Amino acid sequence: MIDPLWGITVVIGAGTFAWRGAFLVFGHGLQMPDLVRRGLNYVPPAVFAALVLPGLVQWQADGTVDAARLLAGALAGWVAWRTRSILPTMIIGMIALWGLRALLPA
Amino acid sequence: MESARRQAFADGLKAVGPMVAAIVPFGMTAGVAGLDAGLGAALTMGMSLIVFAGASQIASIQLIDAGAAVPLVVITALIINLRMLMYSAHLAPHFHHLTLGWRSLMAYILTDQAYALTISRVMSEGGERYSHWFYLGVALPLWGVWQLATAFGYWAGTAMPPSWELGFIVPLIFLSLLMMSINSRPGVIAALVAGSLSVLGRDLPAGLGLILASLVGIAAGVIVEEWRRD
Repeated sequence: MIDPLWGITVVIGAGTFAWRGAFLVFGHGLQMPDLVRRGLNYVPPAVFAALVLPGLVQWQADGTVDAARLLAGALAGWVAWRTRSILPTMIIGMIALWGLRALLPA
Repeated sequence: MESARRQAFADGLKAVGPMVAAIVPFGMTAGVAGLDAGLGAALTMGMSLIVFAGASQIASIQLIDAGAAVPLVVITALIINLRMLMYSAHLAPHFHHLTLGWRSLMAYILTDQAYALTISRVMSEGGERYSHWFYLGVALPLWGVWQLATAFGYWAGTAMPPSWELGFIVPLIFLSLLMMSINSRPGVIAALVAGSLSVLGRDLPAGLGLILASLVGIAAGVIVEEWRRD
């Protein structure tokens, strides 16, 4: 018998392809209203900020914010802003996180 | 001609280099999650190949493991991936001259990283004839390494010590993409609004917080742009 989870996987895959292809494949050459076109310019900053911030601001079991993540994230954010480059951001962010974990009381 | 195409592809490979390494721990997480949930190797890999979207793969595996109802699993995964619709809308005008086959391939391998790097290239250079080769240079390595990382994660199991916190690399990648994408005052506002709302809305079910925060952030960007024009 085929695992029913394959069904779920195929449905999620098809739906995800529908999102990805909505304009690229299906809405080919569709004219968008001006307001929507201008809104699209803010998709990268808005979506990436919404993806990144919950990863940097995390509450611990005792109700305090995880300071190591927040500080390492802030430093990495500054590096990312100055260098506009991924590798230094990743390296400095991870080193800062490990360093702060060692320094800060758990 | 031939060399301009190859150059665009090479530029893509070069731009994506550091990100390819960085998705390894993320892909491994998807593999480990499949192993932990008892999905089996075929289904874990099937998900990576068919869905190919990290956060929704991991979220749906966790929901399946927790015994969630099927509609909830599907809806959660699709809401998490809803941002792809916005990427599709933003990219499409730059690629509408391509064949159906090209556009379908581009849709299947569309990721946050491929979108971010390609859109910043076409927007800064006004687009050029071989942007789709740049896109392939970015997206194909991400696809291949994602599949290998998922398989490796499944195979290596839980060998990576959690204390290394390699998962932190994922927000760091998005942090770089975020900073690269901010090029105006309204863009800063869009990011601040969306980021804070996303932290506040993180406990909303089915990843709704991400989408709602993004939409309000986008609206804030447009509104501020309007104000500055007056």
